[in-house]
Amino acid sequence: MSTATDQTQPNDGTSLPDYPGTRSPRCPFDPPPVQAGWRRADGLPRVRLSNGRIAWAVPRYDDVKQVLGDPRLSADGHRFPQLMETQQHGQPQAFPRMDDPEHSRIRRTLTGEFTVKRVEAMRPHVRSLVDRFLEETIAAGPPVDLVRTYALPIPSLVISLLLGVPYDDHAFFQTRSATLMRKGTSQEERKAASGELFGYLLDLVKRKEREPGDDLISRLIAERVVAGELTHRDVAMSSMVILHAGHETTANMIALGTLALLENPRQADRIRDTDDPKVVAAAVEELLRYLSIAQDMLVRVATEDIVIGGHPVREGEMLVFGVPSANRDNSVFDMADVLDLDRDARGHVAFGYGVHQCLGQSLARVELQEALPALLRRLPDLRLAVPLEELSFRHDMVVYGVHELPVAW
Amino acid sequence: MRVELDEPKCVAAGQCVMAAPDVFDQRDEDGVAVVLEEHPVAELLDGVREAVAVCPAAAIRLAER
Repeated sequence: MSTATDQTQPNDGTSLPDYPGTRSPRCPFDPPPVQAGWRRADGLPRVRLSNGRIAWAVPRYDDVKQVLGDPRLSADGHRFPQLMETQQHGQPQAFPRMDDPEHSRIRRTLTGEFTVKRVEAMRPHVRSLVDRFLEETIAAGPPVDLVRTYALPIPSLVISLLLGVPYDDHAFFQTRSATLMRKGTSQEERKAASGELFGYLLDLVKRKEREPGDDLISRLIAERVVAGELTHRDVAMSSMVILHAGHETTANMIALGTLALLENPRQADRIRDTDDPKVVAAAVEELLRYLSIAQDMLVRVATEDIVIGGHPVREGEMLVFGVPSANRDNSVFDMADVLDLDRDARGHVAFGYGVHQCLGQSLARVELQEALPALLRRLPDLRLAVPLEELSFRHDMVVYGVHELPVAW
Repeated sequence: MRVELDEPKCVAAGQCVMAAPDVFDQRDEDGVAVVLEEHPVAELLDGVREAVAVCPAAAIRLAER
């Protein structure tokens, strides 16, 4: 399907650079080297996205912040089908693919669940889950794949408990989420995975209506569906977004963050040896900045002709935002390619910027602030069980990280 | 100095609460920011300035009076 304003279909794009480019095997934590050149060059580079669409890439920090805060940019997948990756016919719109005011109406039914206060109240529970999976990791090895025993189960269980999704079903939702996160997934596979996940959550919503629990889905039914503000399908779709976004991202930050600390042992000591939560919090912000795992497909469409960093962008053209590149912008972060856990990294855009900035960012912070120090302290001799060169990095996924992290101690 | 919050613009990211917890809170029902101290004492102004800078919706302003 195409609209009159779709300027993103490939035509003569065969010679355009692929976005996000190829990372250097020697520097697996750094954005693809081509992006540093894009930051320095005038204007915006024209690129081909992993789905074949043509877009302008926005590589500089100031431009990313300015433009993601600009209401003339649309995230609306109904209006601009080229923004859609996972929609199956018959599913309601997901709120990250809406514009205000409808986006804000849906988002505000969820934001009360993710306030700093609410998430802080969950911290002791997160800590107990961290301890549980730490003990299970120790019992399973060494060596173990830390992604499977620690990095993935912690956020999966946290988000399952919050939503009211039975964790026993984790294999089901983890595999579908992974399919949706894989860049090479065909449209047919994407529709199947999305449809299965949506159907599963719609059934769960109906079950929760009959048998409510102390969870987000039950609260949305009691407070919003009953009042006529949301439909069952809206609740299923919001739950799908939260489930999907809530475990892949944090899981990859735990795994890749651990790897970055193993490769920078003096920085790891900084976290291991402190009992100051402020030091840990600052360290987590720096890891978020430095690793910027949202490596691809943060996209918008211009709804009118605009100028970005002196470069004209026409109505209907597509933009992709270089979060990893913006967070390595030396004009904002001194020696931006250096991991320095003592720096003030709080202005980073790892969670995006503008009205769509990550809904679950406070929860992600708490999970990282608990999972990383606990691991380093409990296993002070933690090390990679294979050479760095043998690790399989997630070049093929929208969210960067490692597919497996074999560790010993 | 006076803290001004454009409430309809707030997206409830909670960044202001992290930057200046003595000046900002969030409403329980929808996470929208609440100004606790409209005229913060000088020691709190750095945190407010950070909140202004990191607010993803540019919903906070620090006015002269």
